[in-house]
Formats: sequence, structure tokens, C-alpha cells
Amino acid sequence: MLRLDNISVTAGSFQLKNVSFAVERGDYFVILGPSGAGKSLLLQTIAGLRNPISGSIHLRDTDITKEKIQKRNISIVYQDADLFPHLSVYENIAYPLKSRKRHHVKESVLGAAELVGIRDQVHRKPDTLSGGEYQRVSLARSIAADSDIILLDEPLSSIDSKARGELRALLRTINRKGITVIHVTHDYEEAISVANKIAIMEHGEVVHVDSPEEIFRHPKSEFVAHFIGVKNFLRGSLGSNPHDELKTFVTKGLKIFCLTEVADGDAFLMIGPDEISIAHSQQAVSNRNNFRGIVKDIAHARLGVEVTVDIGCDLVVTISSEARKSLNLEIGKEAWVSFKASSCRIYRSGEDRQ
Amino acid sequence: MNSLLKNSRTLELVFTFVGGLMLLFIVAPLAGMYFGTSLHALSDSASTKEVQDSIWLSLWTSMAGTVLFSFLAIPLAYILARKQFPLKNLVNSIVDIPIIIPHSAAGIAVLGVVSRTSALGQAADSIGLRFVGHPAGIIVAMAFVSIPFMINAARDGFAAVPERFERIAMTLGASPARAFFTISLPLAWRSILSGFILMWGRGMSEFGAVIIIAYNPQTAPVMIYERFTSYGLAYSLPIAALFVAVCLSLFLVLRTVKKQAHDVETR
Repeated sequence: MLRLDNISVTAGSFQLKNVSFAVERGDYFVILGPSGAGKSLLLQTIAGLRNPISGSIHLRDTDITKEKIQKRNISIVYQDADLFPHLSVYENIAYPLKSRKRHHVKESVLGAAELVGIRDQVHRKPDTLSGGEYQRVSLARSIAADSDIILLDEPLSSIDSKARGELRALLRTINRKGITVIHVTHDYEEAISVANKIAIMEHGEVVHVDSPEEIFRHPKSEFVAHFIGVKNFLRGSLGSNPHDELKTFVTKGLKIFCLTEVADGDAFLMIGPDEISIAHSQQAVSNRNNFRGIVKDIAHARLGVEVTVDIGCDLVVTISSEARKSLNLEIGKEAWVSFKASSCRIYRSGEDRQ
Repeated sequence: MNSLLKNSRTLELVFTFVGGLMLLFIVAPLAGMYFGTSLHALSDSASTKEVQDSIWLSLWTSMAGTVLFSFLAIPLAYILARKQFPLKNLVNSIVDIPIIIPHSAAGIAVLGVVSRTSALGQAADSIGLRFVGHPAGIIVAMAFVSIPFMINAARDGFAAVPERFERIAMTLGASPARAFFTISLPLAWRSILSGFILMWGRGMSEFGAVIIIAYNPQTAPVMIYERFTSYGLAYSLPIAALFVAVCLSLFLVLRTVKKQAHDVETR
């Protein structure tokens, strides 16, 4: 649907270099990268707010590289302060409809407001809204614009964590309705909770584009690898247990107990290598998760030693060099790993869409 | 926060005293003018048709100049706020020229352009429009000396509107013209209104440039001068007091309207 070919953009001394990727219709495409990687600049280039010095952008097989902003049909939502302050919520949402001289403005405005859950707020002025409400109105305006693609520039970074969780759910809902979304963030949790495809950006370049699972399982970038627990990134399905507050995460025949409020269904599990204990025999521990495995690899890391244990899937455990010696761990030997149910971090899969 | 003044009683007293003197400098001559005029003389003046006509002429010509030239000033102000171009500082300085040159000289300069010997004057004459000795000339003279207030206020107003809003409007399908009229202009309108009030006020009080283009019909400032030179202070005082009262009341009304609009906007 949207295709970028070798896009290069200059902004002062910063440069986006030969960026290429494709976004399919209905995708929830997340551009993930640290601050200053050029994510926002890339978004602005797609929206037409910046002109590339080389490369091309195609939307629905039409070259839009030099198309005017207002003709692109691509709208953008910023992290804050993007509603027109002199217009009411209703007038803000109606703005794109009036710009394009659409009929049934009122129905469309109220429909979009209903979808994002702010129907009873339409008479208010933007400066009276909470952070979460503000972003909902901003989304409603983009939905009303009936754009081919909605671009989100760090849309959740200036709101509190409760509202953030609700907004993530809303973003997934919007995407399920068939709206193609490109979402820029520096927060990997945000990325995997909504994305079905992730592009990793570093120093003005897109270094990796893949599904969240592949990105975190086989990180090609130091940025991704630096995420805590990226070594132990599992995909599976989450289910509730009767008579137990713990949920069960099932992957490759393994049953892992976890303490989470995430709803049942497809999910990702992450666990930090330093949150796993290792022993050469089964220990009496309070941890709910105890697995027997075979030591597959031992490697020196920046801090301590990384031991990879095959328990049906690979788990990486970080221990000190002294601990390794006293445990007498060797490749091919048996080892027991254990971790707490509360150490498991569960993220709802962005691909879980029906 | 503890301010500088809160921490120094002496400094506060000195500044209040000096500031009071400053205010007195403005208020005292005006107050003196009213104390020196009897109510009888004032009402006499107010009921004279000649005086009424001159005050009315000052008000409407200045308003006409302000409205007409706003259409030219606002686009220029927008360009100055938004675009970077070579010699922009020079253009900004040119805009301020009418404020710093003697207004009689401004009148002479404008006369050179609109007199019947000039090309513009002749062209206007051919369609029956005269400037010298006519309200049209007064309008041009007033606008010339007061237009910087409008341009500067509007430029500052536009500069304070984040460009991001205009870009967002365009991503939502608005043409640049629609983005200007629905976003930039309404968001800058308070500054533009300030400029409008200042330009109108400055225009109607103009004397130097107006008297050179049109001694007659007489605007209020010209009439005050004429009464003073022909009959003396006692005869010019009531008209001066009356005109100042009219100016001040209009100024107060507009300030109130502007403040109310601001309060509604920020509610």
C-alpha cells in the first residue's frame, strides 16, 4: 500500500539514509528506535511535511514523492498539542470533513467520537481535556479524515500509564477496523503490544523490518539487544486457571506460570536473564517455574557469564563468573532453572487480531 | 516566588515613587485640560456642527484607512512572520520608517505621490478621485503614519502561531488558503485586533501629515491647531478636551471588547 524506496532526507546536520520499507493495507506498522534516530523526520517525510533529497514514496502504486500535503490523504497525530486550540472538540473532528467538503458531517463526527469514547465531550475546548481524552480527540479527527494511513508520532508518551493502557487497546481496535497505522515510538513494550510489523531505526537508517517475534528473537541491532530480557522472548498463548490467580503461558509444550493482568490469548513472554536462578540439581525453592534442561552454551558477557539452557526452548541466564565455577556448569551437562511467576513479563500480541 | 521588590522595601518604595511621577506626567496635563474647561464651554463645543463634523471626519477616515490598509498589511505581516528571505531586516526597518520620521515630512512625501502633478494623482483624477483637500487624502496620510502598528502587531501575532497547526490542517485536507483563514488568522486575531485599535487611534490623532495633504476638510487635530493659532488657548481647549474624551472612550470600549473576547476564548 505504502512503499518507500531509498528515501534520503537532510535536516540540518542530520540525515535519513536510504530508507526503504513497505506497509501493507491494514498493517499496524511500528517504527521503533531511540531518540534522535530520525523516526519523526521519517514520519514527516511520509506526510509531505519534508521533502526527500532522493528516493521515492508510492501510495497505492501512485508516486506521491512530490505530491502536496493536502492531496496525500495521510494524517498525522503528534504526542501532544496538535488540536486546534480555538476550535471545540466537535469542530476539530469536523475540520477534515469540511476541508474535503464531505456530506453528513455531523454523523461522521459523532461516529468517530463514539468510536474513541468521547462522544459526550464534543462541546469542550481542547485545553480542558485530560491527556488521554486529548489524544482520543486527535485520533477521532484522523479517523474522520478517512485517511489512507494514520501516522502516530509518539502518541502515548505524554499521558499517564492507566490512560496509556486504554489507548493502546483503542489503537488496536482502530486498526482492526481496517485502518492502516504507522506508529513511531522509542518504547519497545508499546511496540510489541500493538504492532504486527516493526521497523528498527538507528542513526537515520532502518536496520531491520520484521514481525515483533523475529525482531526480538533474532535482534540485528544493538538497540534491540540492549532491551532487558530480549534474549528470553517467547511467543505462545496465555490462559487462565481455575482456582489459581496465576495464568499459564504455553509455548512449545512448556507450561510457564505467570502473574499478569493481561487478557487470555496470543501473547509474548519476556524474562530477564538476571531474574532466572540456575542450579545443577533440583532445589527446594518457592518459585512456581522449575525446569530441567541441558546447558547448551556458556559465553562471557559484558557483566558475568551468559548460560544458555535448553528446556524445550532456549533460556539465557546471567550469573557471575564465581557462581559459574562453584556450580561447575559445563556445556552438555544437566541444569535446573527456576524463576518466579511475577518475573514473567507478558505482552499482548499485536498480531492477535480477529 | 519572592520577587526582587518583595525582598527590598526601599527599592519598592523608590520604584513606586518614580513610577508614580511617570504616570503623573501623562495624567496631569490631561487632567489640567479638563479642569481648565468649563462644562458650559464643553457642551457648547459639542453642540457645534463644525466641531461634530471634524470629530466624525477624524473617526471615519481613520477607520476607513485602517480597514482598507489591513488588507495589504496582513499578508505582508504573515510573510514577515513566516518566511526567511534576503534583506528581511531591511524590510522590517522599512515598515518602521513612518514611526521615526517627522510626520510633516511624511505628509510632504505622501503629497508628492498623490498630488495632481504625480502619475498616481493624475490617474486618480481621471476617474474623479482627488486626494489633496479630500477625505481620500486624509485616509492615505493617516494610514501612512499608523500602518507600522498594524503590521508589527499582526506579524508578532502570526509568529506566535505554531506552524505545526498549519501543517496539521493541510494533512487534514485543507488547502493553504483554508489553513490560513481557519487556523492562522483566527489564532493571531487578538494581536491583529490590538494592531487595529492602535492603528485607528494613531490615525485619528494624526496632525502633521494630515494638515499637509488636507487643511480642509478639517479633522479634529487640525481644528484644534487652527483654533489655537487663530483664537488662542481658551478656544482650542474645549475641542481638545472633547476629542480626547471621544478617543479615550473608544479606546476603553475596544479594550473591553478585546478582553471579553480573550476571556471567552480561554474559558
